[in-house]
Amino acid sequence: MKDNLMKNINPETKWQDLTPGGYIYASGNSAEFKTGDWRTVTPKFIEEKCKQCLLCVPVCPDCAIPVVDGKRLDFDLDHCKGCGICAKVCPFDAIEFVKEGE
Amino acid sequence: MAINERLSGNEAVSFAIKQINPDVVAAYPITPSTEIPQFISQYIANGEMTTVYVPVESEHSSMSACIGSEAAGARSMTATSSCGLAYMFEMLYIAASNRLPITMAVVNRALSGPININNDHSDSMGARDAGWLQIYAENAQEAYDNFIQCVRIGEHKDVKLPVMACQDGFITSHAVERLELIETDKVKAFVGEYKPEKYLLNPDEILAVGPYDTPQYYMEHKKAQTEAMKNARKAIKEIAKEFEAMTGRKYDMLEEYRMDDAEYAVIIIGSSAGAGKEAVDELRNAGVKAGLIKVRVFRPFPDEELVAALKKVKGVAIMDKTDSFSAAGGPLGAEVKAAIYGKVDGITAANYIYGLGGRDVRVEHIKQVFEEIAELVKTGKAPETYKYLAIRE
Repeated sequence: MKDNLMKNINPETKWQDLTPGGYIYASGNSAEFKTGDWRTVTPKFIEEKCKQCLLCVPVCPDCAIPVVDGKRLDFDLDHCKGCGICAKVCPFDAIEFVKEGE
Repeated sequence: MAINERLSGNEAVSFAIKQINPDVVAAYPITPSTEIPQFISQYIANGEMTTVYVPVESEHSSMSACIGSEAAGARSMTATSSCGLAYMFEMLYIAASNRLPITMAVVNRALSGPININNDHSDSMGARDAGWLQIYAENAQEAYDNFIQCVRIGEHKDVKLPVMACQDGFITSHAVERLELIETDKVKAFVGEYKPEKYLLNPDEILAVGPYDTPQYYMEHKKAQTEAMKNARKAIKEIAKEFEAMTGRKYDMLEEYRMDDAEYAVIIIGSSAGAGKEAVDELRNAGVKAGLIKVRVFRPFPDEELVAALKKVKGVAIMDKTDSFSAAGGPLGAEVKAAIYGKVDGITAANYIYGLGGRDVRVEHIKQVFEEIAELVKTGKAPETYKYLAIRE
């Protein structure tokens, strides 16, 4: 067993190469667990309607709305599970949800 | 020089724990294992041990505390019986799947109900699929010897699994016997220092223990766990050899007693092997080729050894000191029959449930079993799927 196998472990990894008991030899790595494929509906960010009030950011349970220099960017679809809370709180209809694949 | 002593099984195991002086003992009292945490508490209070004793409020907590401390990097031990073991059930699987080599003294007692404090194997047999090794003792000497070996076996780098060191409640745990103890410095040298590869209190490495496992990984982790259990067979034999070199006392997966030319055999676990051996001796004196197989290690299961031992036997009685309530026999019966299926030809195999809830097992009972087996072989009749031994009916 090698140290810091974390980055190399994936669903193709053989049992011999996993860590004993599934131990994780790293920390702060929850971002590496992609949860975007749980989504059945996808958020759509309508930038021209957004006033950058940032009400959507703290309500996101998955920190899937990145903020840079005080402004929100488009969604982090690797982690957004499509719960829709951000669309509920948005006062400006700047977030819409469409069915996955549409 | 070995130390000659007279001790009960509980005293012997407590003395072994004192000699090993583990980092942590977390235990909750339950009859008949209560004396073990009691003696350890006294040793610690007397300054004879430096172990941290964690007085917990239940067995679920004692096992949880052991899991936490073992993951932290501390050699951890506990003791329990019966309902206490049942109360640990959830945590037993956590200890095993997290690959934490905790050593637990199990003093076998019947599970309720009807409530009963006496010996049978229903408690540890109920936990047989939890992923723990299980090593059973016939007497206080073996309880002491096994416990010391169990620490090494569980911590072996190819194993890393928790171990139950089992002895029969009251019969072994409370009866005082003469036994040979090993000098403390030799015990300490034999078990060595616990040096886990990864542990939570290591400031130089980051580690998370017990994370959620998705379906993409769970089965591979279980495969690794079952391979570790297979590896334990080799570790058990290696460590037994080292132990024999130190003490002269020989251990293996099984003990075969007068099996060389045996035509009839009983397979049995624990203290009842004593009565079984006496029955074998009496039958041998009467010209019957009787033999006995004592299963010392039940997990991992000694399937190959059983096949080899039964090759020349005409009839075998598999003795279960618990009922699995499968309505098809006990766990030892089921597993022995599965192990020999297709590998041992033409053998008559009968399964008996005996000695439940402290029911005495006498030499004449075992002789009766041999007689019944010989009769089945002679008449060519198939045995009942299983039967209760010496039951009033």
